[in-house]
Amino acid sequence: MTGASERPSLIGRNLLAGAEPDVAGDAGHEGHPPRVGFFTDTSVCIGCKACEVACKEWNAVPEDGLDFTGMSFDNSQGLGASTWRHVAFIEQSKPLGRAEAAVDHSDVDVLALASRGSGTPVEEAAITPTSPASPSPDGQTGLRWLMASDVCKHCTHAACLDVCPTGALFRTEFGTVVVQDDICNGCGYCVPACPYGVIDVRPEDGGAHKCTLCYDRLGAGQEPACAKACPTDSIQFGPLDELRERAAARVEELHRVGVEDARLYGHDPEDGVGGDGAFFLLLDEPEVYGLPPDPVVTTRDLPSMWRHAGAAALTLLGGVAAVFAAQGVSGRRTGRRR
Amino acid sequence: MSESEVTRDGIRGARPGRHALVGKGMWNGERPGRKARKGGKGRKGDQPMVPRAEFTSYYGRPVLNPPTWHPRDIAGYFFLGGLAGAGSVLAAGAELTGRPVMARALKVSSLAALTGSAAALINDLGRPGRFANMLRVFKPTSPMSVGSWVLAAYGPMAGAAVASDLAGRLPRTGRAATVAAALLGPAVASYTAVLAADTAVPAWHDGYRELPFVFVGSAAAAAGGMALLASPVAENAPARGVALLGTAVETAAAKAMERRLGVVAETYREGRAGRLMRTAEALSAAGALGGALLGRRSRTAAAVSGAALLAASACTRFGVFYAGMRSAEDPKYTVLPQRERLEARREGSRDG
Ligand code: SF4
Ligand code: SF4
Repeated sequence: MTGASERPSLIGRNLLAGAEPDVAGDAGHEGHPPRVGFFTDTSVCIGCKACEVACKEWNAVPEDGLDFTGMSFDNSQGLGASTWRHVAFIEQSKPLGRAEAAVDHSDVDVLALASRGSGTPVEEAAITPTSPASPSPDGQTGLRWLMASDVCKHCTHAACLDVCPTGALFRTEFGTVVVQDDICNGCGYCVPACPYGVIDVRPEDGGAHKCTLCYDRLGAGQEPACAKACPTDSIQFGPLDELRERAAARVEELHRVGVEDARLYGHDPEDGVGGDGAFFLLLDEPEVYGLPPDPVVTTRDLPSMWRHAGAAALTLLGGVAAVFAAQGVSGRRTGRRR
Repeated sequence: MSESEVTRDGIRGARPGRHALVGKGMWNGERPGRKARKGGKGRKGDQPMVPRAEFTSYYGRPVLNPPTWHPRDIAGYFFLGGLAGAGSVLAAGAELTGRPVMARALKVSSLAALTGSAAALINDLGRPGRFANMLRVFKPTSPMSVGSWVLAAYGPMAGAAVASDLAGRLPRTGRAATVAAALLGPAVASYTAVLAADTAVPAWHDGYRELPFVFVGSAAAAAGGMALLASPVAENAPARGVALLGTAVETAAAKAMERRLGVVAETYREGRAGRLMRTAEALSAAGALGGALLGRRSRTAAAVSGAALLAASACTRFGVFYAGMRSAEDPKYTVLPQRERLEARREGSRDG
């Protein structure tokens, strides 16, 4: 891998939390390319799982269990050591924007339409949910099917990277976070450190694995396999600054046409992880998609943790010393005991 | 299949505004070739459809990936590290105040516990053959790295203290090693709390202020228990005091932590973790009081109290471990506190 010769020990110079404009520079990369990432616009995701497949193929990620879960069309269940892209499927009895689910076709002359031949003219094609839900108590009908392709967020302040004791996890010149498999000793510390439940240890080889944002492809000037494969451009790859601009415009556009619940997730450099390198446009609360609503990098509190541990250590030392002082030297009791 | 070209300096040829629109956006609000629908129902979309935030999850799946650590290895490692670290402090105290039997017993138990904890840690690695990579870098942001270096410094001191004591050789070196181990011991006993707290696991992270005190209290009780178990009644007075002190600190800190944790405190009260925490509390109270009241007269009572204290400390560590696992496995404990935090912030900005 290119750039792996950079010493990961420089990671220690990073700030622990807050906005950090130059992650790659702070990690010791000089003259590095702009920070890249993903903008995943879930409003156009069709749940085809091309990203899951492309990721598996390109990165030679092993099989991750062939289960039938009954969770809509989701059988890969969540991100893990052998699932680096995961498409979530959520079925809701709720209209998508102002879309009407139980469309009344009584005024449509189907024979007249048929005489126009097959193929609906593009301007008349509509995305309509396939089957309307039963009416809710207020008589509304509606069904929307949310699909979202989840991935490692390549956090500005990546807890996995901060806590890794071996330096196996490192920050690349592109500002992404990558595990060096030949260094990881499988301690598993990164696993509970990640606030998004992304990285995991693969039982078969004992090492930690996660999305590399196709580090090898980036080095060759290619976009990551998932973004390349995505037929709707739900997964967009590019320089993070540009993606943030595009995302802001997209959310505005959706609001304008009546999709009021469209919102960005992970785009804000002021958030608990300093902003995600891979961020999302969602159509509902993050937890609906299995994402934490307000993730915070655990190492933000590390200085305070060490202070408390220091106080506890001194309490132990001082307490034991005080007990011995009170008891005095053996055989010559000083009589200071209660 | 994106039409745009990606170069190292960014995207070329992207066509903004070509993305699919949904809902009435497809027709800019007006459906072509259709009369407006009869009845007033159709305009409901003007109101935001986002319902009031409640606790939801994705099919009940965890938000976090729960630790892959094995309970016996990691909870055992917490327990043995505490026993070793606090034991070294007691050993030095005993040696400096003329209690040679207690000093020797604790030096030996500290070295044994240290060996056991290192073995547990290595056994838990996915790739045990690469355990030496722990000392590949020094990373202050990684409590496991800091801990590895602390153990690397502490181990030889604990070893030298035992060797000199048992061999009766180099007494001055032995004394220096004993004191050095006693100074490093509290770090060994407390860093494991930071190790657990420096994760996204709600039951550990959110208790980061109190957890180190729970751990050193538990460690002191364990070391006091070991001293009660292994020393003659003539020497065990400080052990009784340390056991009482440790139990008091541990119990008070655990209570304070539960108060802080809010809904997450359930994980310390219910299920396996709840049973372990309650057992620990009962055993440590019995051990500390039994030692204090009877340990001066009866060697047997002292030994039994000591064993109870050791068991209590182990129960605490396993209880903390299982509470953490439970809090990571149930999305409720991740989502609810974060929701509350968001709401509070929203309220705050509205008021401010
Ligand atoms: S999402 Fe998790 S695994 Fe990915 S960079 Fe952030 S902390 Fe690391
Ligand atoms: S499992 Fe590997 S990558 Fe994760 S913290 Fe441990 S050494 Fe680092």
